[in-house]
Amino acid sequence: MRYISHTPFQVKEMMDVLGISEIDELFEDIPDEVKIKGDLDLPLPLDEIGLKREFLNLSEKNKAAGFVSFMGAGAYDHYVPAVVKALVGRSEFYTAYTPYQPERSQGILAAIFEYQTMMANLTGMDVVNASMYDGASSLAEAVLMACDIKRKNKVVVSEAVHPEYVETIKTYGFGYNKEIEVVPCTDLLETDWNSMADMVDSDTAAIVVSMPNFFGVLEDVKRAGEISREKDVMLIVSVNPISLGLIIPPGEYGADIVTGEGQPLGSALNFGGPYLGFMAAKSEYVRRMPGRIVGETVDADGNRAFVLTLQAREQHIRREKATSNICSNEALNALAATVYMAYLGKKGLRDVAYHSHAKARYFIDEAARSGRARIINDRVFNEVVVEIDDLERKYQSALEHKILPGVKLSRFFPGQENRLLVAFTEKRTKHEVDILLKALGVK
Amino acid sequence: MKGTPLVFEKSQPGREGFRLEKADVPEIDLTNTIGEELLGREPDLPEVSEVDVVRHYTGLSDMNFGVDNGFYPLGSCTMKYNPKINEEIAAIPNFSELHPYAPEELCQGTLEIMYRMQKYLCEITGMDYFTLQPAAGAHGELTGILIIKKYLEASGKNRTKIIVPDSSHGTNPATAKESGFEIIKVRSGKDGLVDISELQKAVDEDVAALMLTNPNTLGLFEKNILEISHILHEKGALLYYDGANLNAIMGIARPGDMGFDVVHVNLHKTFSTPHGGGGPGAGPVGVKAFLRDFLPKPIVEKKGDKYFLNYDLPHSIGRMKAFYGNTGVILKAYAYIRSLGAGGLREASEVAVLNANYLKKQLADLFEWPTDSICKHEFVASAANWKEKYGIRALDIAKRLLDFGFHPPTIYFPLIVEEALMIEPTETESRETLDAFADALRRIFEEARENPDLLRKAPHHMPSKRVDEVKAAREMKLKY
Repeated sequence: MRYISHTPFQVKEMMDVLGISEIDELFEDIPDEVKIKGDLDLPLPLDEIGLKREFLNLSEKNKAAGFVSFMGAGAYDHYVPAVVKALVGRSEFYTAYTPYQPERSQGILAAIFEYQTMMANLTGMDVVNASMYDGASSLAEAVLMACDIKRKNKVVVSEAVHPEYVETIKTYGFGYNKEIEVVPCTDLLETDWNSMADMVDSDTAAIVVSMPNFFGVLEDVKRAGEISREKDVMLIVSVNPISLGLIIPPGEYGADIVTGEGQPLGSALNFGGPYLGFMAAKSEYVRRMPGRIVGETVDADGNRAFVLTLQAREQHIRREKATSNICSNEALNALAATVYMAYLGKKGLRDVAYHSHAKARYFIDEAARSGRARIINDRVFNEVVVEIDDLERKYQSALEHKILPGVKLSRFFPGQENRLLVAFTEKRTKHEVDILLKALGVK
Repeated sequence: MKGTPLVFEKSQPGREGFRLEKADVPEIDLTNTIGEELLGREPDLPEVSEVDVVRHYTGLSDMNFGVDNGFYPLGSCTMKYNPKINEEIAAIPNFSELHPYAPEELCQGTLEIMYRMQKYLCEITGMDYFTLQPAAGAHGELTGILIIKKYLEASGKNRTKIIVPDSSHGTNPATAKESGFEIIKVRSGKDGLVDISELQKAVDEDVAALMLTNPNTLGLFEKNILEISHILHEKGALLYYDGANLNAIMGIARPGDMGFDVVHVNLHKTFSTPHGGGGPGAGPVGVKAFLRDFLPKPIVEKKGDKYFLNYDLPHSIGRMKAFYGNTGVILKAYAYIRSLGAGGLREASEVAVLNANYLKKQLADLFEWPTDSICKHEFVASAANWKEKYGIRALDIAKRLLDFGFHPPTIYFPLIVEEALMIEPTETESRETLDAFADALRRIFEEARENPDLLRKAPHHMPSKRVDEVKAAREMKLKY
């Protein structure tokens, strides 16, 4: 397959127009020393049938995709409705570029405006940008944003934030010469608030917490709000958007910037991406936000129209004075989230959140009743840490039953060998949870 | 309200779209499990039916324009056709439903593709190692510059400056700033290329790197690239390749052979994955061997016949995001490379360059030209003559092109060209399309002479008339 329209005759005609007899003449400005001699060493091309066959063969090796999954840890197996796939699959959306020409891009602009509105309502914040890469990088950008706003150099991050998010913050912090301090958790896998308050000093811009936290635990976020007010530091919260179907929005407990991973809102697991980073903030910080923002306006006839706005924050206008270097974002995933939230509506999102929570509770209650597993902290939303003797053997046994029983904590925290992080969504049935309990030797 | 519709206006209290039947587990008391303190209200979202949702977003899609709708010669963005088979492949459930933390031995298919993709990108760019982690071009730039920063630090060198040409993409200086560097701008010469003597003056022991795209944003190949590389390396500085314009040289020349130490490539430009209305993209980063240990963790490696995620990179900059990259995008780009092979990639670049030069020739008498050299995959025209003669700006031309069914080129970039129109036709456009586009511009040129107001008020036949951007910025209405 080559996806080129010209016939050989047309190529000849076009070369005649240019007065050349060989295509190579168009590359005469490239010095011979840097030209490739011969062909690139790549496999022979495949036609569409061969390509499909190769991919189907490779896909067979992804055995885990067919398993019943209790894995979460930042990527969740929620149901993606057919409506979302159908609408996101319209190529007027997905083959478009960033909407630089508003008159011919009202579709995606209106959808992003709706996305900003729904996410603002969900998080209880004033303004939302058009999207970031993922939950980790949006949190890292929030940290840089807070340091800029407060003109300070340090942030204090809870250890109960996703470990890969903490690593990402540290990488961005290394670039921007900022200091990232991590507050340890309590034995109950909650943020140690007293230590966090103690670690805030005069050079601290913000505290960073996750809700629910990486271990699934519902944090005492009101305490986080108090620390932020008392110590005059910004409160940055990384949040699971589905949980906001049941839990109070961060705007209600004093968050200044809210970020998170929007994958649960209509994006497939896709082995880690593309996902949807979101960022919401109080209105006074809008000019310090990274990324695209869509605003409402009118056209020359006075009719409502939408347009990218406040572009003086962005790299293509301000270059090194921009608030971030971000250009491409995750617009199509934001569109998926928009359609998802519109389709589910207020009741549907609450139902999805309730089902996920109720299934987690069923697991917790059964495990607790059996006495053969230890639930570290049961104040959770849809994900819980369970400690089981001889976990590795039971984990393997679950795999043999085509179950992904969860994410081993030892992946991130050496020394936590018998601890498993188990996640639940509306897709899991009671029957599946029972099989999991059996495979883990709990029931 | 007249104008673009919003879903909120279709909402009716009590109307339902998606519905879940009763859960099959025991009912729970939320005040016990979550607690009064944390229990929230129903979120404020619209209440619409499935039909409402489908009609609304189908209606919005009609108000949008993608490559599938027509010619999209947006300079520097490589809006080539996005093959349908690649979409179908990425949606195969065994790829799309794979959890990133599933055991590696049960994800061998995707890991194998990622491993091979790293190898193919090395071969195409002439680099030694690749990371697939960055989610976009600018994310790749940040990754690459942080690798350079960490490398220099590990070598005991404290270097504080990054050089960017005045014709560079805005992301380059923004990236350098986000990486904690001071930005030094070098002017382009009259020929549109990096001015070698200016560069020599700018490079000293404080310079960490030069960020360069080649061909540059004027669509010109930096033919002095080996000398540029020598100037940087002699002073211990590195050379960074912004891969936005790689579509001009696939199979013809490689950044690695030009002396670049770090490159990023845009899978959503060069390798045909769709732009998604702004994203997702993917911006893999390649490095020469001496920088391998600084790559973000993990990279995909192979032991025996097993593929695995290698976290053992002693000097790694860390992570740029969670997980491993925009894998769904990587699958599509991999399918593209497998479809075209070495010959097809080379042909893509050849025809991209042929199309650009052909179209430039068709437009020769309509515009002013910053340079008269042959171009690579794109070129920049100046409408300074339109402005002078008829008071018509590049913006007016762009808006009028919409009425002719074309997406306009990039305008007002690069900044060094007055009233710039940056045109990148790509290889997937037919000669008939290029001719029709040239005819449209010719017609618009006549309109500029006869009825300039027609252009100033354009577009006339679009979902919206000309949009008031100033009002949007002043009033800041950012949600419904």
